[in-house]
Amino acid sequence: MTASVLARPRTSAATAPARRPRRRLGPGRAVPFAAALGPLLLLALWAVGSAAGWLDSRTLSAPWTVVTTAGELIADGRLQDNLAVSAQRAGLGLAIGTVIGTVLALISGLSRWGEAVLDGPVQIKRAIPGVALIPLLVLWLGIGEQMKITTIVLGVFVPVYIHTHNGLRSIDSRYVELGESLRLRPAVFLRRIVLPGALPGFLLGMRFAVVGAWLSLVVVEQINSTSGIGYMMELARQYGQTDIIIVGLVLYGLLGLLSDGAVRLVQRRALSWRRTLAD
Amino acid sequence: MATHPGGLTSTRTVRIRGLRRRFGSRTVLDGLDLEIGAGEFVALLGRSGSGKSTLLRALAGLDRDVAGSGLIDVPEKSSVVFQDARLLPWQHVLDNVVLGLPAPDAPQRGRAALAEVGLAGREQAWPHQLSGGEQQRVALARALVSEPELLLADEPFGALDALTRLRMHDLLRELCARHRPAVLLVTHDVDEAVTLADRVLVIDQGRITVDTAIDLAAPRSHRQPQFLAYRESLLQALGVDHTEG
Repeated sequence: MTASVLARPRTSAATAPARRPRRRLGPGRAVPFAAALGPLLLLALWAVGSAAGWLDSRTLSAPWTVVTTAGELIADGRLQDNLAVSAQRAGLGLAIGTVIGTVLALISGLSRWGEAVLDGPVQIKRAIPGVALIPLLVLWLGIGEQMKITTIVLGVFVPVYIHTHNGLRSIDSRYVELGESLRLRPAVFLRRIVLPGALPGFLLGMRFAVVGAWLSLVVVEQINSTSGIGYMMELARQYGQTDIIIVGLVLYGLLGLLSDGAVRLVQRRALSWRRTLAD
Repeated sequence: MATHPGGLTSTRTVRIRGLRRRFGSRTVLDGLDLEIGAGEFVALLGRSGSGKSTLLRALAGLDRDVAGSGLIDVPEKSSVVFQDARLLPWQHVLDNVVLGLPAPDAPQRGRAALAEVGLAGREQAWPHQLSGGEQQRVALARALVSEPELLLADEPFGALDALTRLRMHDLLRELCARHRPAVLLVTHDVDEAVTLADRVLVIDQGRITVDTAIDLAAPRSHRQPQFLAYRESLLQALGVDHTEG
């Protein structure tokens, strides 16, 4: 073992250890802390702007003010309470929307009749912004939790449906032929070929869906709400407290990032069989 | 061991009568008859477009959309090996081998099948981690783990390099000697056909035009004058104007 390592010829003598050649067509070497780089840069700009007095605190509070305010909000429990209410809304909407999107995608992906009946309405829903449906939903469901969660569900199920359906339809027909040649029962065919084949699409849909859930949340919480992060921010607007608004924004951003990160983690675990450009 | 066409084999595994297949206005199989005995290794040669793959797909029941008629009598227990290994990329090697195998002892049988093709220890690898030859060996294990009475192989070594192909020939011969399925091997490689088969067919314009038993002592090699004679006549039947330099 050692002998073979020693015997390996080196191109540039003792100067540099032999490096693995870079894949030329790939995006290149991994950058350390790549995900944090952009946000940190923005934060630095903001801090410099505030310290130098370029940013009026009535327009945008300084980062340290925001941090202090966040501390106070946590100390008196307002942040946690509002966050819990918001997280519950988003989570519930996400769960229901994911189930609906997946079931519709399966029906429409596995049968031509299903597609004929379902695909059109979903595409129409996709073309209508979620916010535009709120007046109708308020008339139907009132301004309570039902309306809020329904709005989130409507925002979530569309990307789950679109990407799962696309994943199902792009399963290689050679695998279907394989299933036929092995005389797979429909249940086994579904479990071993259809579902794993559609999983990459489903997970991509989930990445859009989690972000979409928080997005819809913002909208519904600023309408006739008495709790939640959106309500906290709306209240702060009335009193001109930009620091609280920023705390809410940062929170929304963090929640979006964290949930997207969680889905990406699942993606990496569940799709470890794939060899892609990014590896 | 060779059996003659229409022969005296006591058990018949495959029986085809008057098989016709059409793609649009083009007749690909034109009233074809074929019998394969139990445990018989048949190689099917033909130029591209001669209908050899169409015949194999008809036997495998993979041509439901194709217009045609005729009698096909094949055993329920038959397996297909495709030109590409066709492993599910999202299943480990072992799960690929036992895909659709209903037996409760499937994992043990899968492991044994993998050991037979020389891949013991690679059960939990992903398909993309294997070389082309290894992937095709997994496909062979998958085809044989159900102990089929008929093995249908559609140019299974066509995508492999020459050295790997020779090793796969040895492996296939060994496996077939042990499991004794009837085999229909579709190939365009005359040497492959003469090396492996008990009987070689040539298909041309949708009909079988040559049906020769290969009567050669093992191990078969190019050094046998008989081998060259078979090769020569088959090449001629395929319309290759060929002169040995």
